[in-house]
Amino acid sequence: MLYRENGQFKTSYAADQQIFPILQDRWAIALLLVVAFVVMPMVGSEYFFRAILIPFLILSLAALGLNILVGYCGQISLGTGAFMAVGAYAAYNFMVRIDGMPLIAAMLLGGLCATIIGVLFGIPSLRIKGLYLAVATLAAQFFTDWAFLRINWFTNYSTSGSVSVGNLSVFGIPIDSPVSKYLFCLVVVCVFALLAKNLVRSAIGRQWMAIRDMDVAAAVIGIRPVYAKLTAFAVSSFIVGVAGVLWAFVYLGAWEPAAFSIDRSFQLLFMVIIGGLGSISGAFLGAAFMVLLPIVLDQLPHWLGIPMSTATIAHLVHIIFGALIVFFLIVEPHGLAKLWSVGKQKLRLWPFPH
Amino acid sequence: MKFKPFAMAAALATLGTLSVATPTLAQAQEQYVPLLVYRTGAYAPNGIPWANGKQDYMKYVNANGGVNGVRIAYEECETGYATDRGVECYERLKGRGASSFDPQSTGITFALTDKAPIDKVPLITLGYGLAASQDGGVFKWNFPLMGTYWTAADILIQHLGEKEGGLDKLKGKKIALVYHDSPFGKEPIPLLQKRAEMHGFQLNLLPVTAPGVEQKATWLQVRRDRPDYVLLWGWGVMNSTALKEAVATGFPREKLYGVWWAGAEPDVKDVGANAKGYNALALNPNGTGYPLIQDILKKVHDAGQGSGPRDEVGSVLYTRGMLISMLTVEAIRRAQEQYGKGKVMTPEQVRWGFENLDIDEARLQELGLAGVVRPIKTSCDDHMGSSWARVHQWDGSKWVMGEKWYEGDKSVIDPLVKEAADRYAAEKRIQRRSADDCKA
Repeated sequence: MLYRENGQFKTSYAADQQIFPILQDRWAIALLLVVAFVVMPMVGSEYFFRAILIPFLILSLAALGLNILVGYCGQISLGTGAFMAVGAYAAYNFMVRIDGMPLIAAMLLGGLCATIIGVLFGIPSLRIKGLYLAVATLAAQFFTDWAFLRINWFTNYSTSGSVSVGNLSVFGIPIDSPVSKYLFCLVVVCVFALLAKNLVRSAIGRQWMAIRDMDVAAAVIGIRPVYAKLTAFAVSSFIVGVAGVLWAFVYLGAWEPAAFSIDRSFQLLFMVIIGGLGSISGAFLGAAFMVLLPIVLDQLPHWLGIPMSTATIAHLVHIIFGALIVFFLIVEPHGLAKLWSVGKQKLRLWPFPH
Repeated sequence: MKFKPFAMAAALATLGTLSVATPTLAQAQEQYVPLLVYRTGAYAPNGIPWANGKQDYMKYVNANGGVNGVRIAYEECETGYATDRGVECYERLKGRGASSFDPQSTGITFALTDKAPIDKVPLITLGYGLAASQDGGVFKWNFPLMGTYWTAADILIQHLGEKEGGLDKLKGKKIALVYHDSPFGKEPIPLLQKRAEMHGFQLNLLPVTAPGVEQKATWLQVRRDRPDYVLLWGWGVMNSTALKEAVATGFPREKLYGVWWAGAEPDVKDVGANAKGYNALALNPNGTGYPLIQDILKKVHDAGQGSGPRDEVGSVLYTRGMLISMLTVEAIRRAQEQYGKGKVMTPEQVRWGFENLDIDEARLQELGLAGVVRPIKTSCDDHMGSSWARVHQWDGSKWVMGEKWYEGDKSVIDPLVKEAADRYAAEKRIQRRSADDCKA
């Protein structure tokens, strides 16, 4: 009853093409943004920002980038961690080598470097597909791991190989408190989510989807696979690179290549698959699932006051988490985003069955 | 409507996370000590005895009535040796009035070193962490008690020099460093390079990609280069793999020297008799032949309170964990002497305690640790306290302790520490602490 678009007539193309065509959705999103931007900074605790919201936002951004490549263009990639690392180390080098480098510029340049590497490792996608491509992108992962461990120039000859940044600021505003870090990440994520949403609705996004659904047919109707695939790699690795910068600079502060290991690539791929391939909201849902659930499960015995050994809890978290992944994939192979849209469809008709 | 239960679950989960977000302070008269541990994952075989040792000592202190009546409340958090999970644990536990953190990982230590001064929580990294952080003038909140990777490397070279009949005899020798390719393994390199320059030995660096299960290429190189000695800077599964490879390539185990993180039971157990002759640094002995550990066995394990199996008590890493907790408790005790006995200390006060530790022979005797470790005395400039260590050798079934105590050579290490600390301070734009700050 509540969720019904009856009487909402579209009288212009612009109205028909907006991101949220239903009034209730617009209200919901506006409310969500108000909560995120205004309410959260007022009520959230330090732990909530630093350990939950900031990693959630950054990994959402990375999943968003990966979703463009995997979900929209159908190119499986296991090099996400690598592209994050390229972004992080490139931005680090811009920061330490150029005096007075602004954070935003370093972040975007980091993203640009990730783009270059992403396109380079995307070239094999022109010839190989599916799992074979996944293996080829794995090369990117091993290559960057090696490069950032062994080529000392990248780490500014740090003796331990660990690098760190400090004193971050944007337009003269220091990014040091948990709230300011959170808001900075939130703004970046919102901007990129909007950009990504509009990209996938545009001509280029439709080309990606055509390639994903059937590349031969797409080529026949005049889509150049080279262009479509490489732009998907470029856009995806740019966003992933920016996420890498945020992960290193804002969340960790000091990091080593292990922060962007193959595990990170797998974690992000799972996020995208569980959240929903080919959907922007799926990236957020998947990140929420992968980031929040283990933390919640881990603390559950503590809240309920059940004494349990740390090892038991850690193993239980793995078991329950794994079981839930299997459960969700069986119940809804198209991910949490699909579950959400099914729910919306039902709500439209509610309380009538048809 | 399969959507609904999911939505409800999600809402509940969100509520749950929010509700825990409000920090729950430790109850009155309880000193809260968070324990970061890893009981799962690739490094669990080493992490478990370490964690049990830490916890058992806390139980022991409570069984004795606490620190001047203040009981220790402890809580574990599983990090799995992963930096991001370690940071999450730190954020989660620090809000509950954490006295200090022992991250049990060099990677997590690096990530927390920048956060600790802001949150005002001391970090103790006994025998690991950032080598430069022994300089308390720059690293106000870090305490690499009893040694760093630089003192470890220095002691190993001293020991090799002694074996050869003088440090000058090392000239022309080849020493290879087989190291875990991470900050942990790379830290000793600057010191070894300096020593190589001083004594004219050739240093070969052979990195092993973490976690270190694949070392064929590394040992092939060892076989080709034929170094006179190999230093092993490994952790977890890397150590036993290295030993197996040394056996396979026929490198004499007597010429293989591990750091103190490569000298525990899990490292040699799988190789057993084949590892006979392997040497490693010993920050602490193993065994149950001294009063403190007997007391722990009696008051904790006999009372059915043991954190792990009884036969693990006294193993190398268990003992190290126990010493970490001992030093934490001593810092709390020292802080109480300054700020009021029988009171719960704030993290700042505990930090003062760490900086003013003075555990002399008499105190060691009281603690039941006479002959186990040497006296430790920290100060504003020296956050390490002591750097005494011995070398022990695996005889095929147990570790046999060497007689001689070594100490890091200050004339070699201190200039390096000063340089690295100053570089860190310049990078972070922090000022050296003034003399007044030291007194406060």
